Amino acid sequence: MNFLLKIWRQPSPDSKGRLVSYSVTDISPDTSFLEMLDTLNESLVLKGEEPIAFDHDCREGICGQCGFMINGRAHGPLTHTTTCTLHMRSFQDKETIIVEPFRAAAFPVKKDLRVDRSALDKIIMAGGYISVRTGQAPEANSIPISSEAVEGAFDAAACIGCGACVASCKNASAALFTAAKISHLAQLPQGQIEHKKRTRKLVETADQLGFGACSNTGACEVECPQQISIGHIALMNQEYWKS
Amino acid sequence: METSHSYLRAKIPEGPLEEKWTNYKRNARLVSPANRSSYSVIVVGTGLAGSSAAASLAEMGYNVSTFCFQDSPRRAHSVAAQGGVNAAKNYQNDGDSIYRMFFDTLKGGDFRAREANVYRLAECSGHLIDQAVAQGVPFAREYSGYLNNRSFGGVQVSRTFYARGQTGQQLLLGAYQALMRQVHLGKVTSYTRHEMLDLVVKDGTAKGIIVRNLDTGAITRHAAHAVVLASGGFGKIFYLSTLAMGCNGSAIWRAHKRGALTACPSWTQIHPTCLPQSGTHQSKLTLMSESLRNDGRIWVPARLDEMRPPAAIPEDERDYYLERRYPAFGNLAPRDIASRAAKERIDAGFGVGPLKNAVYLDFKDAISKQGVEEVKKKYGNLFDMYEKITGVNAYAEPMKISPAAHFSMGGLWVDYELSTTVPGLFAIGEANFSDHGANRLGANSLLQACVDGYYILPYTLPHYLAGLSAEDRAISVDGPEFEVAEQEIREEVQRLTKIKGTRTVDDFHRVLGKLLYDYCGLSRSSTGLLEAIAKIDSLKKEFQEDVLIPGTPDRMNDELEKATRVADYLDIARQMCEDALTRNESCGAHFREEFQTSTGEAARNDAEFAFISCWRYGKNGSEMVREPLEFEYVKPTERSYK
Ligand SMILES: Cc1cc2nc3c(=O)[nH]c(=O)nc-3n(C[C@H](O)[C@H](O)[C@H](O)COP(=O)(O)OP(=O)(O)OC[C@H]3O[C@@H](n4cnc5c(N)ncnc54)[C@H](O)[C@@H]3O)c2cc1C
Ligand code: FES
Repeated sequence: MNFLLKIWRQPSPDSKGRLVSYSVTDISPDTSFLEMLDTLNESLVLKGEEPIAFDHDCREGICGQCGFMINGRAHGPLTHTTTCTLHMRSFQDKETIIVEPFRAAAFPVKKDLRVDRSALDKIIMAGGYISVRTGQAPEANSIPISSEAVEGAFDAAACIGCGACVASCKNASAALFTAAKISHLAQLPQGQIEHKKRTRKLVETADQLGFGACSNTGACEVECPQQISIGHIALMNQEYWKS
Repeated sequence: METSHSYLRAKIPEGPLEEKWTNYKRNARLVSPANRSSYSVIVVGTGLAGSSAAASLAEMGYNVSTFCFQDSPRRAHSVAAQGGVNAAKNYQNDGDSIYRMFFDTLKGGDFRAREANVYRLAECSGHLIDQAVAQGVPFAREYSGYLNNRSFGGVQVSRTFYARGQTGQQLLLGAYQALMRQVHLGKVTSYTRHEMLDLVVKDGTAKGIIVRNLDTGAITRHAAHAVVLASGGFGKIFYLSTLAMGCNGSAIWRAHKRGALTACPSWTQIHPTCLPQSGTHQSKLTLMSESLRNDGRIWVPARLDEMRPPAAIPEDERDYYLERRYPAFGNLAPRDIASRAAKERIDAGFGVGPLKNAVYLDFKDAISKQGVEEVKKKYGNLFDMYEKITGVNAYAEPMKISPAAHFSMGGLWVDYELSTTVPGLFAIGEANFSDHGANRLGANSLLQACVDGYYILPYTLPHYLAGLSAEDRAISVDGPEFEVAEQEIREEVQRLTKIKGTRTVDDFHRVLGKLLYDYCGLSRSSTGLLEAIAKIDSLKKEFQEDVLIPGTPDRMNDELEKATRVADYLDIARQMCEDALTRNESCGAHFREEFQTSTGEAARNDAEFAFISCWRYGKNGSEMVREPLEFEYVKPTERSYK
């Protein structure tokens, strides 16, 4: 397959960026999007040019390190898929593909397609945990937890922290990310004691970090690689206003 | 290669097996709470081992700095572990016990690990589950609300705890959250996108590290009273592997060059159930969790010239080779055995898929017995992942799988205290060689990473700190040792970027990976290994003369980042071959063609090789030192899974 790529190039955080065109040829449909970029990068390197910087690590959809906008959508044309598990078979031969970094006030561009998502860590830091000491804890089976509660907690806990929810939101809100953590811990008995305080802290921290407010369009849910539901946001909002 | 006549000793505590760890804890020195904040500890790596250690030490009151190359501690490759974590809770009442888990692990490792370490791992396993549940890890439950288990390869009980197919992610989030809590409290400073490029050693003890900021290129010094390496596995040396793109051996290799011995570096687990190679474009081979072997049956066609699609091949024309060769364990035979059996069929021409390099993993029977919904509940996300990558629906046709490099049993040598041969330098998690012997059992490695970090280091590291002299307690990044180390790194990155040759870093890495897989992978021979060493030497020379890295080292430079790792991989690869060459026996994952039984199984040689091969760095080749393995409690037997 052949493609025309228009890729955002920006040498450093404070320089101006622009879209640069590259054509890639002879790509097998089974190549992943990132492997296609590897091929392009290798050809750039051989010409002595700087390769395109992009984030990635596990390349199996779980570490949350990859992610950029492909034709205007976070992680590309498929729903619930990370950029690294997207394959070229999902594109048309000879298609023009526009590749840009995630855009959000709280995610400044570092270089090309690589952005700074440390704000997500700061949200967790504010209280996205159960304050138990390591090293000791009561016998695990002493508190039975219904299978539904655990599965519900898991659905939220599955978040990979990629930031696609923020990038696909017109307000650049981190509501889905924040709500997922609140909901994960709130559904387990161990997480309930700190629940109110946690909700308040996380929501306020996200605000302070420059993430926008949620206006319930549901765009985030569509792109979330782990299919985390915006139902969690409603619960978070209810709880926040109560606290 | 030379062999030294001295021996290494592991400092195993006195007393009966069941009491050794208790005795150790009873006698370990402590640092008083008021003094702890005057000690600094560096932890390189934020996977399960690093995060758990850093959070625990910070809670105790020490000042901790963590380093990782990803942009968040939560992205360490522990996150990718799918299948589960073992613990001898015996919740299933199926005959499990600490002793049985100890024995299974020792046998699984083909009796090439220390009894005392392995026993301690089993002993601490139950606590880990308690602690993870308290942190909010959503392990699978039965309808009653009690914890559920499943089976993994190489055992006959169900002791594996799991959170769907994302157990590593959930355990890591627990540890990461504990870590972030300490960052918030000001007890941990977290450096992300920082790569350790050297260890600083003064008067024989570890004093700090030199790191490069991957975003800015800045090179900085960090001093501490102790350095903990939790940098994970280096299986990415094979280029195609189940590891993440950034996984590397540089942290441990550079510590090795500064005096820390390695142990059994060639013992690599090649995992039987990964996605096969399908061309030249691939950058990794994704793992399909071993848990799939609970319900999936592995087979190849019985006829050599088979052209029919799998569903059209009748039962009696299929060869369920694991069930045939290992009836007692069947599809749950341990990994080394399952991988070799797959290779045997593929090499004999029975492989499936366009390149005839795979075998089938078939869920047809499970689906007809349990229903699609039940199978989906257990493995849904794995089936989804398979479909995303291959475009194939595995509910309708069997998966195609193949062996791929996965886990490093070898690593830095550590004693019972997890201390390397350099005082003040500890190694935990996959970075050390420790508990898995010559073959790791599935679901034991998340456990080992957590046990090292949550339960062992919090006793052994303070024991070290409490013994420091007043002179050793003064730390600073000034002084000639830091000066020299930093200067060497500056020169190295300058030199690499100035070569401006004609070949890319990935090109070298791919060649090295293939070489290593062919000669030091599933099967090894002395002629092959000697050939490999010669080829690696010339590849290293070519790399140093002809690698092409655009740009400069004083800013973000992804090619340079990869190049420092590949430079170390070239050295590690050589030592792996030396290690494999000097072990004239087969054991676990180390299969030397010259040493096999009449039925093609590994032929171990306890009389001559019941030791750990430890390696000291030398510019012109490594020197071997032995740590003898003594078996007081179990008698090593032939490892049979028939
Ligand atoms: C795909 C896959 C599936 C697996 N499934 C299972 C399973 O089901 N059960 C099981 O028990 N085990 C499993 N394993 C094995 C297990 O996941 C690992 O052995 C374990 O998680 C390793 O943890 P760790 O903390 O030692 O290393 P990692 O989690 O790999 O962490 C390494 C850390 O070191 C940092 N680092 C590395 N080098 C440097 C450097 N030079 N400078 C700075 N930082 C550095 C990294 O940034 C990272 O933070 C699996 C492994 C893989 C690859
Ligand atoms: S690279 Fe890890 S999720 Fe894509």
